[in-house]
Amino acid sequence: MSVVFILALPVVAALLVLLPLGKRWMSGVTVAACLGNLVVVARLAWSVVGGTPPLRLGEPGWSQWFVADGLSVLILLLIALVATTAAIYSVGYMAHGNLQARKLRLYYANYNFFVFSMLAIPLLAEPTLVWIVVELTTLCSALLVAFENTREALEAAWKYVVLSLMGAGVALLGFLLLFAAMQAGGGGVYTWAGLIVAAPRMPPILLQTAFLLILIGLGTKVGLVPMHTWLPDAHSQAPSPVCALLSGVETTAILYVILRLFPVMQAVPQAHVETWALVLGLLSVGFAAFLLLQVHDYKRLFAFSTVEHMGIILAAIGLGASAADYGAMQQIVNHSVTKSFCFFAAGATLLTVHTRDIAAVRGLIRRSPAAGAALVFGGLAIAGAPPLAVFLSEFAILKAALAQGQYLATALLALFIAIAFFGVMLHVNRIVFGVAEHAGPQDSDSAAQRTGPGLPFSCGLALILAAVPVLVLGVYVPEPLHRLLTMAAAALTR
Amino acid sequence: MSEATQQLLDNLNALACGLFLLTGFGIVATRQARGCLLLFIVQSLLLAASAALLGMRYGSGHLYGVALVNLVSKPIIVPWLLRRTSPAEVYTRREIDQALNIPVTLTIALALAVFAYFLGVPLANAAGAEFRGPNVPIGIAGLLLGAFTLTVRREALPLLIGILAMENGAFLAGISIARDLDMLIELAIATDGLIIVFIMGVLVRAVQQHVGTTAVGELASLRERGVESSASPEANP
Repeated sequence: MSVVFILALPVVAALLVLLPLGKRWMSGVTVAACLGNLVVVARLAWSVVGGTPPLRLGEPGWSQWFVADGLSVLILLLIALVATTAAIYSVGYMAHGNLQARKLRLYYANYNFFVFSMLAIPLLAEPTLVWIVVELTTLCSALLVAFENTREALEAAWKYVVLSLMGAGVALLGFLLLFAAMQAGGGGVYTWAGLIVAAPRMPPILLQTAFLLILIGLGTKVGLVPMHTWLPDAHSQAPSPVCALLSGVETTAILYVILRLFPVMQAVPQAHVETWALVLGLLSVGFAAFLLLQVHDYKRLFAFSTVEHMGIILAAIGLGASAADYGAMQQIVNHSVTKSFCFFAAGATLLTVHTRDIAAVRGLIRRSPAAGAALVFGGLAIAGAPPLAVFLSEFAILKAALAQGQYLATALLALFIAIAFFGVMLHVNRIVFGVAEHAGPQDSDSAAQRTGPGLPFSCGLALILAAVPVLVLGVYVPEPLHRLLTMAAAALTR
Repeated sequence: MSEATQQLLDNLNALACGLFLLTGFGIVATRQARGCLLLFIVQSLLLAASAALLGMRYGSGHLYGVALVNLVSKPIIVPWLLRRTSPAEVYTRREIDQALNIPVTLTIALALAVFAYFLGVPLANAAGAEFRGPNVPIGIAGLLLGAFTLTVRREALPLLIGILAMENGAFLAGISIARDLDMLIELAIATDGLIIVFIMGVLVRAVQQHVGTTAVGELASLRERGVESSASPEANP
């Protein structure tokens, strides 16, 4: 029953937002719905960890359309968590520009629909239905990316929609081939679990082609190099809370769909899916690390860092060791919580200085200590500095890679991570502590005068809430989370 | 059903698929935006025809449903939705400067179709003897041609149609190999196509309002050394 509740709540909230009851109503309903969902999802996760999954899977009837195992509940939890903090952040952030009520209503309605489409990805068990909700995530977020209606935002939204849908078209053929492979292999229930059972009987060529089509098609939406070109645009032009959702959890949720195919593909060892994942992952990490060095826009900096982290996760899965799988799951969690914090910090910076240009911002810490401190913390956290969450999981992955004897992959991964660390901290350091050598006459003066009344309360609250898991998960992993991660990692092998 | 009827249905289906491939070429190369839309409508009708013929051939009521859904959604609702959402200007546009000239475009499109044949035939064979029709290779060709359309066109309407043509291609292959897919899912996919048209129509209208063009493919200010560095004098000291 809770499954229906989780999916219905955002839709109801989206419809309630459309009622003309003022600006506080819209943000209030959205925050309440997200918070309610977080509670329900947390309870669901608790029961899954406790060994009593609420749904008996594979049985005929409505429950065969849904899945609630460790992997899907983990993704579900992250989406609900980031959706909640981003909703809280939105309250202050979106009130800032004095938008018309109609425009704001569009924002919150789209926000709730977007959250709905993301929550449906890990919950649905039927691959073609999952494909449809993946399409919906693109369509629901397109207008959010274009929200500011500037030339750049519209261009970003257009690129995002066209490339994502192009990828989705390729993936659709993949999912249809997967279905054909299942029929050719004697049939069965077309769900993730049914696919794993039927995989050994399927014609390998169909399975292999389907996997590649889905990897390329959905890989476009994950932002894997060389299909990543739209990602830095869309993830930097959207309003900051939306960026947190796009970068923090949407990419992860799409990656989850690809991960679902790994246990299926292990029935075809000659397909070498692990090698594909490792190569594509390393390519993404390497490419993003070097692009990080030359960005001019601090939101693009964090967007490229998303490409990097997706690459790290995929490469870790490609190592094919259970320890690396666990590290990858941990990395998924840490990346989501950290990246959403980073975009909140970037949004706070944007509210203070009114420009995205790295070169135009110097000495942020003196102008707004809160935004400056948050940006440094976010930069350190996402780059993988020691006492914080991402360090722990990156270390676990590198350790697993060494234990596996993959010396070349380990060396490359470590090198790229180090370069990315340097790239992120170089830019963040300049923004926060840099001294303006020749203060631009019109730029920094007017920007300094425009510095408003400081950070809105809800933005500060969201920053603090988002910082808690980044700090805590860096020093220890709570026992229930450890069990959930273990279960999720186990779902990646047959 | 007699042998001769089966043969006839197979041949008719092959004809529909062949014409489908031709419309795919047409969508890549037609300069007139309205012509593109017309070709897309013809393509969707051919897809529906192929589904109906296969439904008759294999006695599958489900495929009749697919044909009906395609018949209603694409030739009727898509043009209506477009008219409601996007500015009238998108229809009247004519593309003078495509990324490649038309002979080169068509040559590459031909190469894609040949590639699709070599990719599709082994797949259809692996799926089983009864799938050896032209649907799978031509469906893959339709998908690739749609993707190719997205890379060479600059105007909004042909780009949108490229996306829908990709979906048509995937479907043409799908009605042959994934015949028993749930009807609910077919309906959901058709609805999804309509949402695509709606959202992209709204986006095109916004682009036209705020940027003043419908050649959305020519928007290219976002890049690593683009507008950000030229906007601020300090970027390159």
